[in-house]
Formats: sequence, structure tokens, C-alpha cells
Amino acid sequence: MNSFGDLRELYQEVIFDHNRRPRNFHAMDEATHHADGHNPLCGDQLTVYARVADGVVEDVSFVGHGCAISTASASLMTEAVKGMPVNEVETLFRDMHAMLTESHPDRDLGKLEVLSGVREFPARVKCATLAWHTLHNAITRARETAKTE
Amino acid sequence: MNAPAQGKQTSVDVAAHAADFPILARPVQGRRLAYLDNGATTQKPQAVIDAEARYYSESNANIHRGVHWLSQHSTDLYDRGRERVRGFLNAAQVEEIVFTRGTTEAINLVAFSWGRVNLKAGDEILLSGMEHHSNIVPWQMVAEQTGALIKVIPVTDDGELDMDAFRTLLSERTRFVGVCHVSNALGTINPVAEIVRQAHSVGAVVLLDGAQAVAHQAVDVQALGCDFYAFSGHKLYGPTGIGALYGRKALLDAMPPWQGGGDMIHTVSFERSTYAETPQKFEAGTPNIGGVVALDAAIAYVQNIGLERIAAHEETLLQYACEALASIPGLRFIGQAQQRAGIVSFVVDGIHPHDLGTILDMEGVAIRAGHHCAMPLMNRFGLPGTARASFALYNSHEDVDALMAGLHKARRLFGLEVERSA
Repeated sequence: MNSFGDLRELYQEVIFDHNRRPRNFHAMDEATHHADGHNPLCGDQLTVYARVADGVVEDVSFVGHGCAISTASASLMTEAVKGMPVNEVETLFRDMHAMLTESHPDRDLGKLEVLSGVREFPARVKCATLAWHTLHNAITRARETAKTE
Repeated sequence: MNAPAQGKQTSVDVAAHAADFPILARPVQGRRLAYLDNGATTQKPQAVIDAEARYYSESNANIHRGVHWLSQHSTDLYDRGRERVRGFLNAAQVEEIVFTRGTTEAINLVAFSWGRVNLKAGDEILLSGMEHHSNIVPWQMVAEQTGALIKVIPVTDDGELDMDAFRTLLSERTRFVGVCHVSNALGTINPVAEIVRQAHSVGAVVLLDGAQAVAHQAVDVQALGCDFYAFSGHKLYGPTGIGALYGRKALLDAMPPWQGGGDMIHTVSFERSTYAETPQKFEAGTPNIGGVVALDAAIAYVQNIGLERIAAHEETLLQYACEALASIPGLRFIGQAQQRAGIVSFVVDGIHPHDLGTILDMEGVAIRAGHHCAMPLMNRFGLPGTARASFALYNSHEDVDALMAGLHKARRLFGLEVERSA
């Protein structure tokens, strides 16, 4: 099954798993924060919800639709940040952004590393970053809709 | 130039013209390029590339102003290009051809010159539900300024215009009807002659967006009876940045200029300027002379092969592609109009169009994935976008086979099918 070559760098099995069965994929009535993300050129659209208490993201979820990369990135994000202090989420947001767009950050980002192949596909970077910008907007209470294209 | 003028060319003969297009010889992503994004822009034959290069090497000077030899020579080439477009569209008079940057600028010209003068509050602008954004947004801008209302001809599930609804929407309030000759997103060939006839019966002016039509079928503006017809050179094997608007002479004569500057005036004083005649009135500033020369070469190129032959070849490819694509489980065609040009739009269950686009690209297959600048149409079908393969004269069955192989690969990658036995 190695006939896929470079495509496997982008489309790792974990990404398909999260695309088929996105985690934390629901709206949240008790959210303290939420924001919309929309890349109109792609059509990718999502809403990210977060319940923040005592400076900690106690729960996080999302709804919406998009390509495999954007859906998997959102799903992996919700797994990664659930239970994380808000300041650490902001650090992770910066590190993820660096990994997806420039160069790899100094630290290991664990399961999120599966998204690192996106950097070699410039047309798809915006798909992977949309959920992260939307979460950032939600927890910083930015009012505008996030977009990354 | 390259086609044998005599005898009937087969589909294979037409595809052999791929050799005229240098870019098709370059590998992309390490693969043979299967370029199926012709609805976005076509590739350029060597004859067109040479014509533009030759213009700058041998003929360059500004037009309509120099007494020197090169200026006159350049003016002659520019005028010859206009005559070529006139013949190509079978316009009655050469003055009915205005050069623009492309279809978008041509439509903007009509909206901002004809529209601003002729539309008033309560008037209705009738557009089809399958228009490209370039035939929607200029009219929204003019509607905002004039108080005119935009009405939309609905699209059926098959991707055809609902002609009954069109007739119902037409009234004495309808001042303008704007419809694409061929849909860029669905490939639907609209019954434009019938639309023109009906629109004229209520006194409306009709613009046809020919961007997707001119490379695929012969167009006769007199037979169609339309008031305006717009197209781009770059979807017709010509360069970007050049296109044309056909307008009926009486309408163009009555329209005010929309951009001011050199070349569009008769006399200028600080008290008052008088304008040049049609079409110079609409061509302010130094035009894209090299682009006109190359467009002339591009039209000569397709005329030499023959649009009927090109159309027949693309029809063969479309049928071949549709039959092949129909064999892919979970593939759904978007737009199944009876009359279609060489465009096939589709979605595949479980794979987003952008993922398809990336995977096909890695196979050397260039398609368009997205909303095709037709967001209202995508909303009509409840889709964020589609994958679109669009054909040109140089495409072959091999390109369709590469598309098919790429689609099977995408399905295997997404775990939707297992390795096929050879």
C-alpha cells in the first residue's frame, strides 16, 4: 500500500480516521465562548464552542463541514485542547501555526504532528489552520468570523 | 496553419494538435500533464505565443497617434484584430466590437455605461441562477445606484434554466436580461436565441456571457439577435488581459463612455470634451495591442482547425468521460442538461472536492475544485463546491483515463475501495 507516495505525507491514516469520525462534533449549549470560521472560496465552514472556567478550557466542540484536512484538524484540535489552560492553548495555537506554515517548533506536538505534511501543500494550509484561528477567536472573544484564505 | 484544410478530421486528428501547445509537453508533479481545467483558462499554442513575441520584436508602437511608420503598422494590426473578432462573431459592423480586458470588464462596461443611464428605480434586471459572479456583482452595484431590482431565473435539478419561470418573470418592468451562453460550472448550453426572442418581446436588452461558449461552438450574434455578447481571449487559446464586447451599434452609439482618457476623445478643453465615435469611445488609454495581435492569432488558429470539428471532438470526449465517470460508485453528476458543452461537474461521496483536487494534482491531472465563481448556483444544489473537468481541443481519451485513474486512487486512499485487479 505504498503506491500513494507523497500523498501519504498529507493524508495520514489518523487524518482519515478523524475525517470519518470527527471527535467532539456537536454544538454546545453551555459554551461560554464560541466563534465561526468560514473560508468562502473553499466553502469550509465551522463553529467552535468552548466552555472555559477558572482559566481552563474544560470542554470544546465543533460543528460544520469541510475537506478531510480541515475536519481532521478541527477534530484533533478539540482532543488536544480539552482540559488545557487557556494560556497553553494560545501557545499551542502559535506552535501549530508555525508547524503548518513556516518551520517546525522546537517541541514535539504529539498526535498533532500528523498535520505537519500540510506545509508541503501550500494550497491546503488554509484548510488546516481554519479551526485553530476560529478557536483563537472564540477564547479571545474576537467578534469577527475567522478566515484563513 | 497546422490542420490539413481538406477532408474530415477525426477526434484523434484534433487531439493531435496537442503538439502545438508547448506547455503540454512539460511534466507536472513528475507526471504527464492531463490539463482538464480549460474552463478556467486554456493553454496557448505556439502560434499565439509567437504572434505576441513577434509583435514586440517587430511591430511595437502606440496606435492612432504617430505619423511614423511603426505606429501606422501597429494600428493596422490592431484594426485587423478587430476585424477578425467581427468575423468570428459575425457582427454586422466592425464598430460593434469593443476591446476589453476580458468578459468581466465587458460586462462591467455594459453595467456602468448602459445600466446607469437606462435603469431606474423599479426597473427589473433578470439574471439566471447559473451566472458567474462577473455577471451578478456588476448588476448588484448598478442596482444599488439606480434602485433597479434583480430577479433570478431559477435552475432545474438537471441544471437547465426553468424557461416557464423565465416567461413568468418577464414583464414590461424587465429592462435587462443577462444570461450565460454556456454555464462555466455545469456546461449547460442555454437556449439563448429563445431567451433573446422572449426578452425582446417585452423590450428588454439582452447580454450574453460567452466566456465559456466561444471556444466550443461557432457564435453568430446576428442569428442570436442579442444586444451584447462578451468573451475573453484566454479561454480561447489567447492571452490573458484581452477580450471583447460586441454591442449593437445603435446601443453603443447612445451609451456614454465609462472611462475617460486618451484615445476615447475627439477634442478636450477644460470647459468641455467631446468624445470619439464607437468603439474608440469605450477604449480609453493605450489598449492591449499585443494582446489583440495574439487574440487575432488565437482566433485564426481555431478557425483553421474549425469550430465544428473542435465541438465534435469535445462532444466525443464528454460522452467518453461521462460513461467512465458513471462507473465510479458514489459519483454524482451536477448538471445533466440535454445540451452541454465540454464541461463535467461532479461530486464523489465521502471525498470533498478539494481533497479530490489535491490527489488528482499529484497524478498530474489538473481540474478545478470549488464553487467556480458561481456561489448562488452551488447554494442551489446545496453544495460547497464541485470537481470540474473541462475539455479543450488538445485533450484526448488518455486525459480522461488519467482522471479516472486518479479518482480510483483517491477512493483507495480514502478507504472507499480496495486495490482493483488489473
